[in-house]
Amino acid sequence: MHSAENSKYAKTHEWAHMEGDTATVGISDHAQQEIGDIVFIDLPKVGQQVTAGQNCCVIESVKSASEIYAPVSGEVVEVNEALKTEPGLVNQEPHGKGWLFKIKSTAPAEYESLMDLSAYKESIK
Amino acid sequence: MSQENLKKTPLCAACEAAGGKMVDFHGWLLPVQFESIIAEHKAVREGAGMFDVSHMGQVFVEGPDAWKFLQYVNTNNIKNTPGTGTYSHITDEQGHIIDDAISFCLTPEKFLVVVNAACIDTDMAWFNKHAAAFNVKITDDSARWGMIALQGPQALDHAAKLIDGVKDMARFTIKEITLYGAHGYVTRTGYTGEDGVEIMASPEAIVNVWDALLASGVKPCGLGARDVLRLEAGYLLNGTDADGRQTPYEAGCGWVVKLAKEDFIGKAALEAQKAAGLKRRLTGFVLTGAGVPRSGCKVFKNGAEAGVLTSGTYSPLFKGIAVGYADTDLQEGEEVEIEVHGRRIPAKKVKTPFYKNRV
Repeated sequence: MHSAENSKYAKTHEWAHMEGDTATVGISDHAQQEIGDIVFIDLPKVGQQVTAGQNCCVIESVKSASEIYAPVSGEVVEVNEALKTEPGLVNQEPHGKGWLFKIKSTAPAEYESLMDLSAYKESIK
Repeated sequence: MSQENLKKTPLCAACEAAGGKMVDFHGWLLPVQFESIIAEHKAVREGAGMFDVSHMGQVFVEGPDAWKFLQYVNTNNIKNTPGTGTYSHITDEQGHIIDDAISFCLTPEKFLVVVNAACIDTDMAWFNKHAAAFNVKITDDSARWGMIALQGPQALDHAAKLIDGVKDMARFTIKEITLYGAHGYVTRTGYTGEDGVEIMASPEAIVNVWDALLASGVKPCGLGARDVLRLEAGYLLNGTDADGRQTPYEAGCGWVVKLAKEDFIGKAALEAQKAAGLKRRLTGFVLTGAGVPRSGCKVFKNGAEAGVLTSGTYSPLFKGIAVGYADTDLQEGEEVEIEVHGRRIPAKKVKTPFYKNRV
């Protein structure tokens, strides 16, 4: 199961947790605090190909829209359906029930190049 | 711009102490939110919230011709009975909106005009340019005033603890008051669609007012909640919903243009536009699909562009709401699409205000 500690981080504030060849993706606690009350999430489609570092999802708060970048490349194999009715889960549990989608990774080296939690925490100081 | 270069209101430290997330708003350091925009919106719709609006401008117009001057620079008929206030637009010769402001009559020869923060310098230059023919003295007194907007169904209960007789004030009236030993004004006005007052006092006294309201249980609210509340209430945001190229008619505020009154700046152009009719007008939309409309999103009718949004947000009461300049032939309830992040989302044209208030 993913947690803040066992995930890796992109400098654009997404986290990814790899199990086998599938990465679960979400946004960091820091990111959800910066975004504020999340009211709608435009999730990617299952089957969609995504590329590391490219926009594939939009998180809307009352005030603004934030683009979410895929931390690794591959195919979207699952999205968090619960967010369609309860987008606020991302505010409440960014590292738990508020995960966004899962990517079947095609380039394992991309995951290895992400930051671990301590490096990420250092980067947002 | 770093925050050190921004102008600070007398309530800046109090806002920071209350957990305000401070941002640059037209050169001012102001809170965009405290803990949550949704919680602050709810406080104002159901209880009481307060906003630091000290950045707004206070311009005094005094002299024998004060009223005549204001009639000349405003499109609306400015009331000249002491204690009354009038919302109006200030337009240029083409009838384009320069600012929207409320002129309060203190005496027949002294008015307080409360103007938008971002427009203070433009308004002063405009007023001075046209003042020569009038016996008036115009003073930008903005720096000497702090200002709090106290809004919500319980706002008056909280205000009554500080201000005698505030509940007896009629909507859009002004009263001179003394607060913590300082001279001030209270007006029964606001920008949220709820009942409430706006309180102006010295930079020192306004901090005391903030602290007293906080202790009384009023929730501090930021610019984020203010924008949702004003959009729900159908209020124009000058600079955003009007950018100097639209007339009051186009901005959906034709009721502030009084063509029957004597000459005023922009009258001929507005008369001509009224006779010719409008192509586009500020129009309300509600998304019927999921998404959040934003400024700049395009409106489509049967695949053809029919408008562009100027303001849009997520409303806790109505979900995706927006206003934008759209073709005047769109009918009430007509189905359109609004393009958000490349996706066309179903929406319909609605009458504004979205929120039909009790004030």
